[in-house]
Parts: sequence; C-alpha cells; structure tokens
Amino acid sequence: MWGIIRQKVGAGGFPVPILEQSLPRLRPAVSAWRRYSSAAKEMTVRDALNSALDEEMSADPKVFLMGEEVGEYQGAYKISKGLLEKYGPDRVLDTPITEAGFAGIGVGAAYYGLRPIVEFMTFNFSMQAIDHIINSAAKSNYMSAGQINVPIVFRGPNGAAAGVGAQHSQCYAAWFGACPGLKVLAPYSSEDARGLLKAAIRDPDPVVFLENELLYGESFPISAEALDSSFCLPIGKAKIEREGKDVTITAFSKMVGYALKAAEILAKEGISAERFVTKQVINLRSIRPLDTATINASVRKTNRLVTVEEGFPQHGVGAEICTSVIEESFIYLDAPVERIAGADVPMPYAANLERMAVPQVEDIVCAVKRACYRSVPMTATA
Amino acid sequence: MTAAATKIIQPLPLNFTNTTPRSPDKALFHPLKTTPSSSFPASTHKLRLTKPNSTLARRRSTAVFAVSDVVQEKKPKSNTFHPNLLITKEEGLELYEDMILGRSFEDMCAQMYYRGKMFGFVHLYNGQEAVSTGFIKLLKNEDCIVSTYRDHVHALSKGVPARAVMSELFGKTTGCCRGQGGSMHMFSKEHNVLGGFAFIGEGIPVATGAAFTSKYRREVLKEGDCDHVTLAFFGDGTCNNGQFFECLNMAALWKLPIVFVVENNLWAIGMSHLRATSDPEIWKKGPAFGMPGVHVDGMDVLKVREVAKEAINRARRGEGPTLVECETYRFRGHSLADPDELRDPSEKAHYAARDPITALKKYMVENNLVSEAELKAIEKKIDEVVEEAVEFADISPHPGRSQLLENVFADPRGFGIGPDGKYRCEDPKFTEGTAHV
Repeated sequence: MWGIIRQKVGAGGFPVPILEQSLPRLRPAVSAWRRYSSAAKEMTVRDALNSALDEEMSADPKVFLMGEEVGEYQGAYKISKGLLEKYGPDRVLDTPITEAGFAGIGVGAAYYGLRPIVEFMTFNFSMQAIDHIINSAAKSNYMSAGQINVPIVFRGPNGAAAGVGAQHSQCYAAWFGACPGLKVLAPYSSEDARGLLKAAIRDPDPVVFLENELLYGESFPISAEALDSSFCLPIGKAKIEREGKDVTITAFSKMVGYALKAAEILAKEGISAERFVTKQVINLRSIRPLDTATINASVRKTNRLVTVEEGFPQHGVGAEICTSVIEESFIYLDAPVERIAGADVPMPYAANLERMAVPQVEDIVCAVKRACYRSVPMTATA
Repeated sequence: MTAAATKIIQPLPLNFTNTTPRSPDKALFHPLKTTPSSSFPASTHKLRLTKPNSTLARRRSTAVFAVSDVVQEKKPKSNTFHPNLLITKEEGLELYEDMILGRSFEDMCAQMYYRGKMFGFVHLYNGQEAVSTGFIKLLKNEDCIVSTYRDHVHALSKGVPARAVMSELFGKTTGCCRGQGGSMHMFSKEHNVLGGFAFIGEGIPVATGAAFTSKYRREVLKEGDCDHVTLAFFGDGTCNNGQFFECLNMAALWKLPIVFVVENNLWAIGMSHLRATSDPEIWKKGPAFGMPGVHVDGMDVLKVREVAKEAINRARRGEGPTLVECETYRFRGHSLADPDELRDPSEKAHYAARDPITALKKYMVENNLVSEAELKAIEKKIDEVVEEAVEFADISPHPGRSQLLENVFADPRGFGIGPDGKYRCEDPKFTEGTAHV
C-alpha cells in the first residue's frame, strides 16, 4: 500500500512532495500542507464500488442490478449495501440460484434496451452462465452486424480468497480475455474500481468486471476528482503505478499490490548493490483490450519484463503479454521475460499449500532479480 | 416389508387434487399427497398475506397424515415388548449416537473456527441431523452419497472417521483428502462419499451418474447383485437450478436407482425459499417428471427413516427414483461468516423446539426403550471421540511442499500404462503410428 502514495501527479492535481514518499503519512497540521490533506481522503474498494453503482443507478433509470443476495442481504460481500432501500425491489433483484437463467435474462434485457448489471457471487459461478456470457452477449454485436449491442456488465469477485478451496478460487481473467466481443476489466485501487465500474456501466458492450474479494476491505487514497459523479476511467488504458527504469512489471488486481511491495523491498535492497534497481509497475486495469502500447513503450525503456498474475500459467494473461512484447519489441529485450503465475494445480485447501499456490511478494522479488541478472536462475518455489 | 409398503402408486394424472380422500391401499407414497404432521413453516404467514398460491399452503396443512398411521400399522415386531414401536433399542441407540456425533462435531467446528484452527468457508449442519441419520444409516457401504458444501455430517454418517474429517478441516495431511479438499470437498472412496461440491446443483448430475453406473453394472456388465443405491442431498435453493430438473428427467426416464433428498431448510444464505420459488412445494416436482414426490417432517428422524426405507428399497428393486422433500431447519447461519440477520427469531424458536435429538430422546425414554443413563453414556462417548479427533488433527503434520503438485492427474505422464507396467510414453515404438506416407 505504501507505493500508492507514489501515484503520478495529476490524479487530484495536487503535487506530492518528494520527501513524503519516504515518510509515513502524517496528518499535517500546518497550513502549507493543507493541500495535501484534502487529497488524502481514503475509501475502501467496497465503498468505491457501492458509490459507483449508486451513482450510475440514479443517473440512468435503465440500469438495474441483479444477482444472488444483492438485495435484502445487502450483497454477499456488502457491495450493494443500501441499494435495495434506495431503488426498490424492481431495480435491485434478488435472484434464485440459477446463474444460467438470470445471466441469460440479463442478456435478453440488454438486447431489448435495458442496462443490466449481473452480479456473480464469485466468478467461479459464472461457469454455469458462461454460455450466455460468450454466446449470447459477446458474439451478438458481430452476429447481428451491429444491430444488437449488449450493454451489460457482469461483475463479481474473481481469483483466490483465503482457504476457500479449489472450486472457489480460480482466476478467470485469461478465459474471458480470450474472447472477442467482451471487454474485461480488473481494477486494483478504489479509484480504479470507481472509474472502471462507471465506465463499464456506461459502455455499450458487454463488460466482465473482475473484482477481488481480498481487496474489498482495503483502503486507498482517492482524489476529489475521482469522487465526482461523472468520473470515468478509459477502458483499455493501463496505468503506470510506479516509475522506474530497470525492469517493467505488469500486474492486475491484487497482484499490483504485491508488485508494489516487491518494488519497495528491491528499492531498499538496491541501496547496497551497485546501483538502484527501480521498477516500473504497470497496473493493467484492462485485460481486454490489453494496453500493449503502454507495455511495449515501457519495455523499450527498461528492456526487461516480469509479468505477474494469480491465475494458472498455461494460456494466461502473462503468456499473452510475453508474446505481444516479443512480437513488437523483441530487439529491446535484454533478458528472457519472467512469467509469474499461480501454481499449475487446482487451489489446495491447506493453508501452507495455498500460500505456495499463489504468487507471493518474494516470488516477484526473485523474478526481478533473475531478470536483472542479480541472482542465479533458480525457481523461487517448489 | 408389508403389503402396504410395496404398493407404490405411480404418479397420477394431473387433474388429481389434494382434497380427495386417501386411497384405501394406504400406500406410503402418494405422489400428490403430503405427509406433514407438523404445520408448514412459520414464515408462510407472510406468504399467505401476499402470494396467490397461499390457498395451496393452507390446504396442504390440513391434508391427511399418511405416514404415521401407515407406519404404525405395518411393523410385525420382533421386539415383543414394544409391538408398536418404529425402532428396536439397538437401532434407536445407533440413530441417537449418529445424531449426537453430528451435533457435537459441528459445535466443535464452530469453536475451532473461532480459534483460528479452521478457515475459509465452513457450513454447519446443526438442526438437520435427522435427515442425514435417517437416510444414511439405512445404506450399505457400497451405496453412494453425494452432498453439497454442508457435507461434514453426511460424511460422518456414512462412516468416514471423525478424526479424518477434522484433520481435513484443519488442512492437515492426515485428512480424508490430505488437506487438499477442505470443508466443502469431502471425498472418500472407501466409504463411497462422492463429494462435497461447492456449487449447488453440481452434485446432482454426479449422483445421477453414480446411479447410472450401478444400473449399468447390473445390466451391461452383468453383475447381477449390484443393487447399489445413490442418495443425492441438496437444499431448497438448488431446486430452482436447471441441473436439478435435467437430472429428475433422466433419472426417471432411465429408472435409475437414486433418491433425491431435498433438505428444505427454507433459506439459501439470506434468500427465503418463498421469495425464490414460484411453487414452493418441492415434492410436487417429482410427479411432473414421472417419479413419486414425498414430503416428510425432516425434524423427526423416525419419520425420515420410514420414508427413506421405502425410497431406498424402491430404488434397490429397480423401480426408479424418488424425490423426498424433508422439511428441516438449520439452527446456525448459512456459514460461520454469515451474520444471520434476516431470519425471524420466532421461526428459529419454532424449530429449536423441534430439535431432532431431543425428540428422539423423548421418544425412546417415554417408550422405555432406553434409560437416560444409557443416553448420557453415549453423549460422553461422543464427546471423547470429538475431542480425540481435535487432538489428532492438532498433532497431525501440515502437508509437505511436494504435495502441492501431487494428485493433479491419476496418470501424470499421460498416455496410460502399458501391459508390462511401464509408462506407455516411454516405449520408443509408441508414437510412431502405422500410417505410411
């Protein structure tokens, strides 16, 4: 979370003094620091999503939310808290447990003019509805030659939580990212969550919005601009979370946090090495369309690449980024691309095995060192 | 079995209504009749005020009570002291012990969870023990059960040792799935527990497949004595899922030896069954697909057992599937992470008064089957079993690092194992093929 402070200037328009980057955040008391205090408002990802849903539903009466437990239960993870009271049961619909059915109903409503938001309690359950996501939603604009567009958002938590076993822990970024016709987004911070969800709801195409359960409770600073009700982030643009010049690390969702922590660790260690190892951390934000322009520009600058993701390695997001960089920037690469992904096994339940099955900060540190020829090429995990 | 039990009425034509008098055959299973000896759940009161099919609910609660009368008539008792009782003393003690094991185990799980020894999603079965005990204690070892994520007690009733289940919950390598499955994925090949599924409805096709195997073995593989039955346990929320209906259709079509057991506890996390279902009477969905549908009071283990006997024997004889709806209730929330704010306290109190364990105890003591002291001894014994299970789980080792990559495949090298016992892919002639270009 440290690294969040290092966001590029411009988000809130308030320049952050260089000194502050290495100091713990203080509650400034002096007037000279007053500008900083208004940019230091924090918001959890949960509240960011809730506020985005709230604002979009109030702005457009065609937007409605449906899913399991979104109404009376206030959302299985409390993302839709308060929405039932505000908008009533006609716009916040508790569905029975029939993903195929209600995802299909959402797609049909979108065909005919409404703007549904379909919540999956986790994206694992989207597998029961995947026929509708791909065949009815993603392919329709193409099959109808532009006559029927599907302004639907499928959202929910994706990826591993803690100790929930094999059937609740898969990351679906790669699967959905492979399908033409879908837009796939993976926010990290509260600002990402707010901006991307608002953009997704306004978007005329089907959007798969991959949240992360473990990020829901995390707080991030959020600027006044991001709190404005018309704030939207562009779909298809990655964000450079941290500047650097030695190696590019791409990540999305929870792994951005891990990558930033790894950057911290390496920055500290670099002090004792010949030179600093500074890393450029790219928060992909958008899996499809993938911002290959930003990634390639970054690799051309740093010459080394490490991709980080939580999902299974084969045919993963990292594999796609790797190939895209080789296709476009091969001569700029000074070292083989390091690809960090989850273990190639269904998620085990035992806590120590689960820790080994998901990339940890140490794995990212080791991979960066390997890419920079700072350590012998041994695998970090068994 | 007596004559009454063998007369199963096949599903009647659709114009049959609830209010016609019971057939004189006194068949146990009357597809369109219900067998409630308790009133419909308290939350129906809200239903009556707002929903159009409230008349149905009202009618049903005054329907003739089929089960208890029939049951009391039939049994030629070997136990001459108690000619009218449903169970012998041994059976009673077995049922009691199993239910106490289920209850104590789940209570211990809650304790261990709050102490941090267990993690993730843990779904407890308190209050529903009568269904698990009533059905599973009638099975042989070769019969299969398939459950949902609320599967600890099903596994225990089927015979998986408490220490194996507890270790699995702690994530230790001595667990029934070596710590890889967890609370929601209890599997045991030895005891034919086929899971443990996190997605509701996922277990139903799996169970139907196991039943298909049983029939296949008897008819295609000619194992004449293969009469294994499969039980599929699932909840009220699952009955709105497409897989449920697809399997009801195929099981009835192919007359598979399966019993679909609906544990209707009225709530799917925070979604009331009445808010999610157009026609909340689940047993009616059986006859729509050509199999008997029965409703039974799932808080009374003896009633469940009688219905289960009939359904299981029907399946064993090759007469096909049955849908049994057990009206039951879970005393705790959906999982240990559920604040359980939406359920009416009066509803909870209503069902707490019908605790299946106290009901069985009362029955056995009032009918002088057992003494209080014997029941106390069982409770003490089970306490020790559960404590020992926790100790065993505590001292068991965590899985080793190398276990992470194990068990992904049954045949990791692929391409199978040849007749000489070596991996086929290592045979140099293997991939050559025979086509000449």
